[in-house]
Amino acid sequence: MADQKKKKLTPVQQEYQELAKGHEPPRPLLRNFTRAFLVGGGICMIGQGIQEMFIHYFHFTEKTAGNPTVAVLIILSALLTGLGLYDRIAQWAGAGTSVPVTGFANSIASAAIEHRSEGFVLGVGGNMFKLAGSVIVFGVAAAFVVGLIKTLFTMGG
Amino acid sequence: MRQGHQSWVFPLKPVILGHAAIGGPFEAKGPLAEDFDILHGDLNLGQDSWEKAEKVLLEEACSKAVEKAGLTKEQINFMLAGDLMNQIISASFSARTLSIPFLGIFGACSTAMEGLALAALMVNSQAAEYVLAATSSHNGAAEKQYRYPTEYGSQKPPTAQWTVTGAGAAVVASQGKGLRITGATIGHIVDMGLTDPFNMGAAMAPAALSTIDSHFRDFQLPHDHYDLIVTGDLGRTGHAILSDLLPKHHMHIPLERYIDCGKLIYGENPNVWSGGSGCGCIATVTYGHLLRRMKQGEWKRILLVATGALLSPLTFQQGESIPCIAHAVAVESE
Repeated sequence: MADQKKKKLTPVQQEYQELAKGHEPPRPLLRNFTRAFLVGGGICMIGQGIQEMFIHYFHFTEKTAGNPTVAVLIILSALLTGLGLYDRIAQWAGAGTSVPVTGFANSIASAAIEHRSEGFVLGVGGNMFKLAGSVIVFGVAAAFVVGLIKTLFTMGG
Repeated sequence: MRQGHQSWVFPLKPVILGHAAIGGPFEAKGPLAEDFDILHGDLNLGQDSWEKAEKVLLEEACSKAVEKAGLTKEQINFMLAGDLMNQIISASFSARTLSIPFLGIFGACSTAMEGLALAALMVNSQAAEYVLAATSSHNGAAEKQYRYPTEYGSQKPPTAQWTVTGAGAAVVASQGKGLRITGATIGHIVDMGLTDPFNMGAAMAPAALSTIDSHFRDFQLPHDHYDLIVTGDLGRTGHAILSDLLPKHHMHIPLERYIDCGKLIYGENPNVWSGGSGCGCIATVTYGHLLRRMKQGEWKRILLVATGALLSPLTFQQGESIPCIAHAVAVESE
């Protein structure tokens, strides 16, 4: 793909892109990986803590504690988004904050806040899944395919 | 009046009679804070949306520039303005408030100098006595339209730039006291095939090079003619690239005389990655900082080169590369 793109460029463009690449400050990959690992892991640990809390103090089973745990994480993430903190944490943590539940909640909450000025129906309603929409679409599509495969295998067995 | 292939020389030397720069809270923390006419502590400027806040910024810049020129807005013949928003709403809506005969212009971040060049042309050709040239950008509004929701948590690479919340305006007149516009060069679109919207500096640097090259060719000037050559918003990355490209293309401009507004406006602040960007970047730095210093005698002749990346989120999603442009205006003190 990259080679195909390169072929369309003129020699002058190719030469310039080489030069420009040389001036591009490198992304601090090691630092990004470390931070993503720590923050992503940290969020999961908090989740685990919340789940334990539901099991020990509210008599949920390990299975039923899942839903309220996710709900608490979503509320926390949406709250931090509303307070304008989530994006700052994300700039520091990188991929660590885009892990499933909290990142997903942030994408919905941030879009909803952003488009509040266009009204509740066309603004908030119409835009809140702007970023999350494709996750839902392809998530459902992938689940369908995986479900089909699973069914085929269990039928055989 | 045409000079060479793509430049204008202005024998009447139109005067920049008044100029003003308005900034937001983040600009107020930068090293150039003292050079702004008005600084706002609230990113919303008391409005209920960013788009409305940007409109207020632009209105204030225009009013302040007219006031500083010692005129009233009824005396202004034409207003030339543009911004980064779809359908240049900030400019049109400000023109609605100001009710000055209005021409909307779009050149992305190059709009500031596109406006100033055209204003000088109108005044020099005696099509107008007083022309107002203005432009603005707003960090929140630009992020919302071009990138992600502002509160969305995504990490930006070191080549990304911070859109300036600010507006700048200048009143160009045929007579009076002030700095004078002696010439302008209109750039053509340069596209080096770059596609990364988080690396605009690299995309725009060749456009700046092309316009600077054309300017010196058209006016047949020695390369050390200007005390200062200023690019709009190439940022640290683009500034480094252009500093490399100039000698490579046999343009022996003393590199200590070449600066970039995107580098200047926030100083060494690492939170803005490569530097500032947006229409408001060169507009506020020029109409706030640079012209003020020129009046104090720091420089006699400067060349302002505003660079613009003419992309939209749609063209990016369709896989198009980024077409870029640059316009240059030469300003001299008497």
